[in-house]
Amino acid sequence: MDLSVFHRRNKSQVNEKDIIVTSNFATQLFFSYFKELVGKEVTVELKNDLAIRGTLHSVDQYLNIKLENTRVVDQDKYPHMLSVRNCFIRGSVVRYVLLPQDGVDIDILHDATRREARGG
Amino acid sequence: MSSWAGPDEIFLSTSLAGFLDKKLIVLLRDGRKLLGTLCSFDQFANVVLQGACERVIVGELYCDVPLGLYVIRGENVVLIGELDREKDELPAHMTCVSEAEIRKAEKAEREARDLKGSMRKRMEFLDFD
Repeated sequence: MDLSVFHRRNKSQVNEKDIIVTSNFATQLFFSYFKELVGKEVTVELKNDLAIRGTLHSVDQYLNIKLENTRVVDQDKYPHMLSVRNCFIRGSVVRYVLLPQDGVDIDILHDATRREARGG
Repeated sequence: MSSWAGPDEIFLSTSLAGFLDKKLIVLLRDGRKLLGTLCSFDQFANVVLQGACERVIVGELYCDVPLGLYVIRGENVVLIGELDREKDELPAHMTCVSEAEIRKAEKAEREARDLKGSMRKRMEFLDFD
């Protein structure tokens, strides 16, 4: 898939505080999309309600995620996560990925989605 | 992520190769927390932990129950975290206790929870909310 579609061509007005994307649809598109987000600060909420904030280090075809400089959003509830700075999250247990405000350009995502729906 | 990936690719990719021989914490789907050194893994996140132990935490108490060599099926893995040696693994106010004591604490917590549930059921006719 052509990654260049995600490079910012024009700034659209994205006013929502955070854009939420669920992670089990059109895997190739979202794989490419998440690759574009590498290096950005994201919050990953897991199906067991644990929410982790960190810098997106890498992502793979299963949407497994590696985070750096992680911190757990509700640290008091999860004391065992205190010394975890780098972690690997299995894609199948992710509920949400909360993206930074500038992490998504709706127009470009629309274009890419249509292209994917037409079959690349 | 092929096995031919060189050292740079390993650290840049999502592969677990960078975690080999490191002390890790593995969170499982049932809420258990296993600690150990990563020996091996595959693309499903099946992992082999050497010197594994389960960290049981009840309130302010904790205990590391030794388990030995563990092979964990990938579907049960939620998260694999690298433990930073520089940092404390747990908050200072937590106390390490024996396995017998932690089991007792677990039982007490479970009974308290069950009691709360049954009390609530008995009071349901009051229709509070």
